[in-house]
Amino acid sequence: MSVRHAMLALLSEGPKYGLQLRAEFEARTGEVWPLNVGQVYTTLQRLERDGLVESDGAGEAGPQKGFLITAEGERELARWLRTPPDLSSPPRDELVMKVLVARHVPSADVHAVIQAHRRYLVELMQQWTRIKEDDTGSDLGMLLAVDAELFRLDSVVRWLDAAEARVRRAAADGAMTWADQASPQNPTRAPLPRHRREARLRG
Amino acid sequence: MSMLELREVSKSYGQGSAEVQALREVSLSAAEGEMVAVMGPSGSGKSTLLTIAGTLEGPTTGEVLIAGQPVSTASRGAKARLRRRVIGYVFQDFNLLPGLTAAENVSLPLELDGLSARKARLAGLRALDRLGLGERAGHYPDQLSGGERQRVAIARAMVGERRLLLADEPSGALDSVNAQAVMRLLHAACKDGRMAAVVVTHDAQLASWADRVVFLRDGRVTDQTAPAPGPESLLTPELNQ
Repeated sequence: MSVRHAMLALLSEGPKYGLQLRAEFEARTGEVWPLNVGQVYTTLQRLERDGLVESDGAGEAGPQKGFLITAEGERELARWLRTPPDLSSPPRDELVMKVLVARHVPSADVHAVIQAHRRYLVELMQQWTRIKEDDTGSDLGMLLAVDAELFRLDSVVRWLDAAEARVRRAAADGAMTWADQASPQNPTRAPLPRHRREARLRG
Repeated sequence: MSMLELREVSKSYGQGSAEVQALREVSLSAAEGEMVAVMGPSGSGKSTLLTIAGTLEGPTTGEVLIAGQPVSTASRGAKARLRRRVIGYVFQDFNLLPGLTAAENVSLPLELDGLSARKARLAGLRALDRLGLGERAGHYPDQLSGGERQRVAIARAMVGERRLLLADEPSGALDSVNAQAVMRLLHAACKDGRMAAVVVTHDAQLASWADRVVFLRDGRVTDQTAPAPGPESLLTPELNQ
């Protein structure tokens, strides 16, 4: 999450003080991502150094110091809003790793591992959904942030469902993946997809 | 009070080598004011569980209690009365009668149960009002949107003194906004009234409206969620690094 750009977005509405920026940031993001005040002032100092904001005084950053966005800051904000974050490389997801590894641990039941994660995720989703129970008068930013979290957790549950179905099918078919086929006696593997080969070369 | 209790319920179809075990020693309860979701993949026994909970089928072994009364010892007539007065059903495809208005669809179960047409209509209108459909009472199902049709079906399931609501993929044919609205209504019905609900779904977002989520695999209850703490804990994480 870019606090830097979130600050620029808040300043695009008009000049503001640091404490005000912190309060508005938390309110707009549904208080899902709290900020400490030091982080706000450090960010503002860097934005000022880079010419993206200006302050109304030369003193130390503090509650009485106001900030406003510069024309360069406006351009940077517009560029950031339209630039998709880099999602091209799969993150090294701990949950995914645990399920992949569990398949090869003799004492582990991969279905039990999957279910433990599924239950935890659904319990978390129940907590998030409680926030939506009475959304009349709730802050729109909070509802959007809650929905985002619910969709994210839901996608992981769906992956667990699909993974479980795939593991069961593979067990029933006695099928082996390209990774399973590789062994010291049989080092041949199916080729990696092209983009992964290139990424590996670059890395 | 437990509105529904399944005690070690098993259900099998067919015999010998053709026997299919749909449910295996399933124990499940839903208390007054509680919404329970049952999650599981296709073929896990979710729909069989609902038909048995709704007394539409009997278990092969085990016991079903509705509002504390064992179903197995109830007469045929008593079971029919349970279905008309205590249990409400919501289906994925609404099951509304196309030739009747929304109000007539909702009041029909009460009329069939012997209530006067006027009283049944008033109760139907109240149920529709509760679901925000008062102004659509005179519309026929084909004049309503998918979301409105499902709300009519929920009103029909709740009308009168129903205490147990059973829903089989109630949001299946709806978009995500309407699906969420349906779950919100079912949840509110449990909290406002003295109802219990059992909702079958494969969708985790919809299941998360429930107070408790039960996981079904191969006809067995394999797991269930713990009572969820309040949402406050989510909103006060560690300060950002």
